Amino acid sequence: MAQALDEIKIGGLGSSRKRVEDDRFLRGKGNYTDDFKLPGMVHMEILRSPLAHARIKSIDTSKAWQIPGVHMVLTGDMAAQHNLAWMPTLSYDTQPVLATDKVRFQGQEIACVVADDPYIAKDGCEAIFVEYEPLPVIVNPYQATAEGAPIIRDDKEGQTDNVCYRWEVGDREGTERAFAQADLVSKLELHYPRSHPSPIECCGSIADYNSATAKLTVYMTTQAPHIIRAAVAIVAELPEHMIRIISPDLGGGFGNKVPVYPGYVCSILCSILLARPVKWIEDKTGNLISTHYARDIYYKGELALRKDGKILGVRFHCDSDNGSSFSDAQPTKFKIGLIHSAFSAYDIPVGYMTAQGHYTNKAPGGVAYRCSFRVTEAMFFQERAIQAAAYDLGMDQAAFRRLNLVKDDQFPFRTPYGFLLDSGQYEKCLDVALNAIGYDEFLREKEEARAQGRRLGLGISTMTEPLGAGNSREYDILGIKMFDAAELRVHPSGKAILKIGSKTQGQGHETTFAQIVTHELGIPAADILVQHGDTDNTPFGMGTYASRSTPVAGAATAMVARKVRAKARKLAAHLLEVSEEDIEWELGRFYVRGAPNNGVSIQECAMAAYGNMPDGLEPGLENNAYYDPPNMTWPFAAYIVTVEVDPETGVWDVLRMVAVDDCGVRINPMIVEGQIMGGMTEAYAMANMQFITYDAEGNCVGSNYMDYLLPTAWETPGFELHEVVTPSPHHPIGAKGIGECAAVGGPAAFVNAVMDAIDDTGVRNIDMPLIPDRVWEALKYRRDISGMPPVKSDE
Amino acid sequence: MYPSRFHYEAPRSLDEAFGVLQAYGDEAKILAGGQSLIPLIKLRFASPACVVDINNIPGLEFHEEDSDGSLHIGALCRHRDLERSALLRSKYPVMSAVAPLISDPMVRNRGTLVGSLCHADPQGDWASTMLALGGEVIARNADGGERAIPVSQFVVGPFQNSLQQGEIAVRARVPAPRGTRSGTYLKLERRVGDFATVGVAINLETSGGTINRAGIALTGVGPNNIQCTAAEQALAGKSLNASTIEQAARLAAEAAQPKTDVRGSAEYKRHVVYTFVMRGLSNREAMAA
Amino acid sequence: MEERRINVVVNGEPKSVDVEPRLLLAHFLREVLGLTGTHIGCDTTNCGVCTVLVDGMPMKSCTMFAVMLDGHEVETVEGLGLPSELHPIQEGFREEHGLQCGYCTPGMMMACKAILNENPNPTEEDIRWGLAGNLCRCTGYQNIVKAVLWAAEKMRSEATLSR
Repeated sequence: MAQALDEIKIGGLGSSRKRVEDDRFLRGKGNYTDDFKLPGMVHMEILRSPLAHARIKSIDTSKAWQIPGVHMVLTGDMAAQHNLAWMPTLSYDTQPVLATDKVRFQGQEIACVVADDPYIAKDGCEAIFVEYEPLPVIVNPYQATAEGAPIIRDDKEGQTDNVCYRWEVGDREGTERAFAQADLVSKLELHYPRSHPSPIECCGSIADYNSATAKLTVYMTTQAPHIIRAAVAIVAELPEHMIRIISPDLGGGFGNKVPVYPGYVCSILCSILLARPVKWIEDKTGNLISTHYARDIYYKGELALRKDGKILGVRFHCDSDNGSSFSDAQPTKFKIGLIHSAFSAYDIPVGYMTAQGHYTNKAPGGVAYRCSFRVTEAMFFQERAIQAAAYDLGMDQAAFRRLNLVKDDQFPFRTPYGFLLDSGQYEKCLDVALNAIGYDEFLREKEEARAQGRRLGLGISTMTEPLGAGNSREYDILGIKMFDAAELRVHPSGKAILKIGSKTQGQGHETTFAQIVTHELGIPAADILVQHGDTDNTPFGMGTYASRSTPVAGAATAMVARKVRAKARKLAAHLLEVSEEDIEWELGRFYVRGAPNNGVSIQECAMAAYGNMPDGLEPGLENNAYYDPPNMTWPFAAYIVTVEVDPETGVWDVLRMVAVDDCGVRINPMIVEGQIMGGMTEAYAMANMQFITYDAEGNCVGSNYMDYLLPTAWETPGFELHEVVTPSPHHPIGAKGIGECAAVGGPAAFVNAVMDAIDDTGVRNIDMPLIPDRVWEALKYRRDISGMPPVKSDE
Repeated sequence: MYPSRFHYEAPRSLDEAFGVLQAYGDEAKILAGGQSLIPLIKLRFASPACVVDINNIPGLEFHEEDSDGSLHIGALCRHRDLERSALLRSKYPVMSAVAPLISDPMVRNRGTLVGSLCHADPQGDWASTMLALGGEVIARNADGGERAIPVSQFVVGPFQNSLQQGEIAVRARVPAPRGTRSGTYLKLERRVGDFATVGVAINLETSGGTINRAGIALTGVGPNNIQCTAAEQALAGKSLNASTIEQAARLAAEAAQPKTDVRGSAEYKRHVVYTFVMRGLSNREAMAA
Repeated sequence: MEERRINVVVNGEPKSVDVEPRLLLAHFLREVLGLTGTHIGCDTTNCGVCTVLVDGMPMKSCTMFAVMLDGHEVETVEGLGLPSELHPIQEGFREEHGLQCGYCTPGMMMACKAILNENPNPTEEDIRWGLAGNLCRCTGYQNIVKAVLWAAEKMRSEATLSR
């Protein structure tokens, strides 16, 4: 009898198989955008505005044109002749490609120079003279809505203020009733500071317009090549079939590489004008100062509480700082992403939220930085508010969470803002985390330490988040519904190629997507090649962000494999000379019911598809599948951090960090854990050091890695990981997203821990990042450090 | 990331180097470790007409004591050498403490102490350390003449040193101690490798429990590195006890001239100076003579 | 335009090339020699992804001019291991999932090589301290530390065997 296949050994579901991608990366043989050299290629550099708000009086490019080796100096006026001075954003706003009338943020693109090499292109930028007339600068929503504030977007017809959207969701009156019945109302105000995804690799593109064939090929750093193709077709007015977007290896993305940026458009225009390949590789300052930021939201919110701890209702308001363009990359229907997923993990009967967006003289955005459309901001406010409420009630923070978390028997659970949670074991996750950290013992330690003047603290963050947009009924971007596709072709020898519309930036799609096929077909993962990132050679997909890959493209992969298996069943019936109904499947083979020894392998079926098909059956063994998810997947996590705060300096050190993640079925546990640790590191970064701010003149502080601090190996804490598995009931293999959970839920765990260490001071909030100066000030003056103004200075 | 054009010279001797300096005047920049200069050139914040790379000049890598017991550190002695120096570990505790806190391992492999002093960044850790030790920079001119410039007079402003045109800083010198040295360097940084939010260098020279000479200097809390003369004088001739330590810490905090910025408020930084001087002087292990 | 001839040994191979003085070592390796394994991640000498070994010592190739390399040796990721056989550090990174997007990996591995050259039996703390100049945005470093420990153990046992 044929030996049953060991799924783990052949690299199927649950196998921590080593990554396919590593073979090239370890040898320095990756292919990142900057690694490509095309014949005749020239190089583009961008001149950026030093001022945050100014009228452009003149641009003199004559000196730049005279430099030997300079081929092109492109300005906004020239771009305008091709109808490319402005471009649409993903939120139905416009953004300049190259400034024509005014500059509206520091770092805005003014002109670009194309030359034989980037050194000469930089010389050219230096030789351009721009005359500015400075204008008053606005760096936060409060200035934006103050009386007499200058209208930043005076280019837009009918724009009479600095508000770019207003939005509300929930049940206003019902929520008011809940608050009227409350024994206690717990309020919280905070600012989630501006942050930048900052992949180590910056953005870049090589545009190669072939004037003979009129085909445009663009190598570029994009997480969403298919949407980019559509966007380029619209922006550049080129036929979509004559555009090929190749997204090669990406040095990280984290949401930063979803939008269309002026640099991409300029390289395309320059390539068309020069009829040769034009390479643009952004420098770090350009990346941090101009490409899309994330967060920058001011919150005011409150929870209606009953004395016994039950939450009766929630309401909150968000003022978002959108910079100079409303260009959030998010589903069109939702003006502030999925921020109304806040408080989903808790059984709260009613809620209401409002939001208002503001133009300021700051870089446009914001992107979903390692999160599903602003759920990071949602879950941060949620978990800070939950802890504050527990303190206000005088309740243990763990007990308060346990009381209000959605219970196992409540799924599927409808949240007050209308989401439907799919599955979960929230209390179990919390218990695993509390046990792992040794909760009761830590509380004793904390008390003893406090008696000696030492400050220990423990922070919890329990959260769920909606991952894997859409369903197509509710989720679209610029009218394109949010689904994903996969194509699978099995070759005669049983080796296969899978083509997907999503795109890895380090998550290991080439490894894990093969594992899904292995699980469905029993073909060893090593025999499956995964292709992605080339619009000419892969099926449509909305791209990799918002943890969409596994929930949507992963589901499409499982579904296409099942279609292929269905065809293979017909071939097996033919080979085994029985009817299809008499065929049974086990991993990797079909056999005759009741005669398990009488079977054929999937590989034998593949050969038959090309050499021995039954009459009337179309040859070949391949198919495609478009997957429109019925719902989001809702992973859950419980994160606990313990810290010690030095009261003399405000410095805080992480003692331990425990993460319990339930992301449903784990395809490759090694990769899942890698994602959690990476996300937790970004959470730590946001809580501790990483932020962008602006001074009163609109100068960006955090425009390079001297000021925009990413943690190193030295300060990054060690992680203790645990798992709970609750499969998603609607996903074909029960998986949920995981790439972003820790970055979403993690920051509150760190902040809550520090707040817990000073829980006797009456301080309700310190805004992130909790730099020592802020912690010390809160401790010394017993006051909140909330809603940070422009960067502090003596002036 | 794309520097302007410059002329490059790599002299093989100091004499050759002086020749280049004479030809280019103040258009020439000396390149030793390059870990401060090259970042400036990369961003075109500095565009010297001529870069004089002294890395090929032999005999500048040393750090050694002479017969008088003073320490000499050559212009090409890297942070890395000082970080790993057994001599510094046994006899120059403040230097041994600060060396590993300079930037990051790769920068330490290349950068130099003398170059750091010449760069005169108010957030530079070495200048405070040398102030606390009473160190000097030895400048040589084309005629072979040398002059010793106390670090307190060498660093004259943010990114300004007192070298005259045509002079090269060939080494730094730390005078022999009056008694036994103890000391430490405390640095508050937002992240490892960051410039100091606050840095405090402490060097004590004691015999029989009495402080013969005290050196306390501050990083990051003024337009230059600050020597805390009043605090030093308060300790001289005394021994360490709760009251002298507190007095020194208070005087050091008064000497600080911090500015409020993204790293913290002036008040906070002044408080950290106080705390660090208290902690440094109270650290029995570091202060054990 | 001024150019100077430099003689430099890269991954064991002598090269004689004319370069402009302003050309950074990182660009020399990538653009002139085609060794694109060395990446560039920032413009302020902070990220360490361009780390290479110069005369055996890890340095940031974005903060040296190629012209300074005359008479020196450079080792890049392309010189680590053989095409057919990975270096234990490369193996360690694969075994312990010490990389995700792979962008910081070459510089990170060169820094690791220097750590192990100096100390064949490092502690976790030694490794974290030694990597303080190399940023990684994906992994959270824990698996990088494990990768170095893995490599250290393998290199020690290989050294014992060959004795």
